[in-house]
Amino acid sequence: MTADVPDAPTAALTPAALALGDDALVLSHRLGEWAGHAPVLEEEVALANIALDLLGQARILLSMAGDEDELAYLREERAFRNVQLVEQPNGDFAHTIARQLYFSAYQHLLYAALAAGDGPFAPLAAKAVKEVAYHRDHAEQWTLRLGDGTDVSHERMQRACDALWRYTGELFQPVQGLDADWAGMEAAWLETVGDVLRRATLTVPEGPRSGAWTAGAGRQGLHTEPFGRMLAEMQHLHRSHPGASW
Amino acid sequence: MATAAAHRTAGTRAHDAHDAHDRPDAVHDTAAYEQAFDAAVAADERIEPRDWMPDAYRATLVRQIAQHAHSEIVGMQPEANWITRAPSLRRKAILMAKVQDEAGHGLYLYSAAETLGVGRDELLDKLHSGRQKYSSIFNYPTLTWADVGAIGWLVDGAAITNQVPLCRCSYGPYARAMVRICKEESFHQRQGYELLLALSRGTPEQHAMAQDAVDRWWWPSLMMFGPPDDASQHSAQSMAWKIKRHSNDELRQRFVDICVPQAASLGLTLPDPDLKWNEERGHHDFGPIDWTEFWDVLKGNGPCNEQRLAQRRRAHEEGAWVRRAAAAHAAKHARGTTGPARTTGETGATRA
Repeated sequence: MTADVPDAPTAALTPAALALGDDALVLSHRLGEWAGHAPVLEEEVALANIALDLLGQARILLSMAGDEDELAYLREERAFRNVQLVEQPNGDFAHTIARQLYFSAYQHLLYAALAAGDGPFAPLAAKAVKEVAYHRDHAEQWTLRLGDGTDVSHERMQRACDALWRYTGELFQPVQGLDADWAGMEAAWLETVGDVLRRATLTVPEGPRSGAWTAGAGRQGLHTEPFGRMLAEMQHLHRSHPGASW
Repeated sequence: MATAAAHRTAGTRAHDAHDAHDRPDAVHDTAAYEQAFDAAVAADERIEPRDWMPDAYRATLVRQIAQHAHSEIVGMQPEANWITRAPSLRRKAILMAKVQDEAGHGLYLYSAAETLGVGRDELLDKLHSGRQKYSSIFNYPTLTWADVGAIGWLVDGAAITNQVPLCRCSYGPYARAMVRICKEESFHQRQGYELLLALSRGTPEQHAMAQDAVDRWWWPSLMMFGPPDDASQHSAQSMAWKIKRHSNDELRQRFVDICVPQAASLGLTLPDPDLKWNEERGHHDFGPIDWTEFWDVLKGNGPCNEQRLAQRRRAHEEGAWVRRAAAAHAAKHARGTTGPARTTGETGATRA
């Protein structure tokens, strides 16, 4: 089955559609792992809601590059183009929120820029930027609550922000086929995220913003170890019934 | 409630009756309240939170609504078990949306219970300590993808058969919650049916998967209607109060009659050799239910009782620091801000 596909030639769009689509697909999957485990019932609703928005984006983007299910279920790890940030395991609630904060701030800037342009991703971005504004607000509010909550929550939130910092440099590596002011977005991102962290009484991490891999590794199909296991779970059933429809 | 007599009782509380011996007219008042309540129920009027109601009516509703709410949130588990393995992105989106709806139903129902003077925290505590129950159906495992479809078709189907009459329940907040819930549930039920249909018409392996799931979920679904009428301890009173409108056996029969033709159009069979149309009764006869299994599961000895409760407890305990943080943050920022939005720890989460 295929989601609504914008009328556009696909070949030229493929690298960018895969990059953005894989980001959304993988983060949606991680958030789906929270179902039934959230700290409060309202967060079951909120996390599932965000996961669904992202899955909706992923379906449109992957459909711009080909068949959504073939792309999601039949590619191997080395063919996925998502940034490493989104594949990071959920960890505790603070870890999940830090990942959401970093990613939604980035995605909001990018979609706002794409929506303002007249490129092939503008229609998708125009719709998605509204969803992402909600995601960013959700992450920001929780960063404030956890950072400026109790000593325990402050420490957990700081630890999460520090641990994920190294995956943020990759967000601003230019993506083939996307016309955007990457350096400008990075500066805006640092300002936005820095402001939220400071208001949450947290310290802006000082460590390197890329790991031992060159930044941009995820976009080249170089991923972290937990990702393969995530895909094994995600793809297992689909791969067990070749050619079946569901 | 809308009768004149009942209106006069508005604002009184059930525990006023405890002062009865201090006030000469109190006994008479209570009798009048009771009469007004009975008249309102007899006239099919809705009882509302501020109306006087018998203590036992209140207690029964708290028990039933809370256990209904618990069933929604424990019921997320067997289906969430397949979110990360859903075989297509479309099915994954449908399943995520369904599990999210269930959390939403839990929220409506806890709110309805709270109108009766209990708190959500207190009810969750009772669930986690095993003092309140949830539907025994969720103590069965989801072993294949087809189970997601069988739950939608059979379990949600049974729930709807049970719950549609609750839309006319005498207690207003519960009845109104059920109207919203039933709409979403019937949507889920159709999705489950459609999932099974796709499997049934798919490869031989997919068809076998669908049949196996229906074989495993059929009898537990019939048990969802509760014990047979002669062994149902709350039924008579609940029917007199119009909380319940039909007996367990009546609803079970209705469900069987609905499912038989649906199973046929799915191209699947129901695992009951005694199942056959009875011309004389105008209903399907069906085989005996294994009540030993039912009582066993209810007592905590089903395949997943331990696991379901443990996961609920773990989510709650591991989330305690998050809830404390939200409360501490709200308390810090309550002063100097306008509006009530930051006065409790839960509001932030509610907003989210």
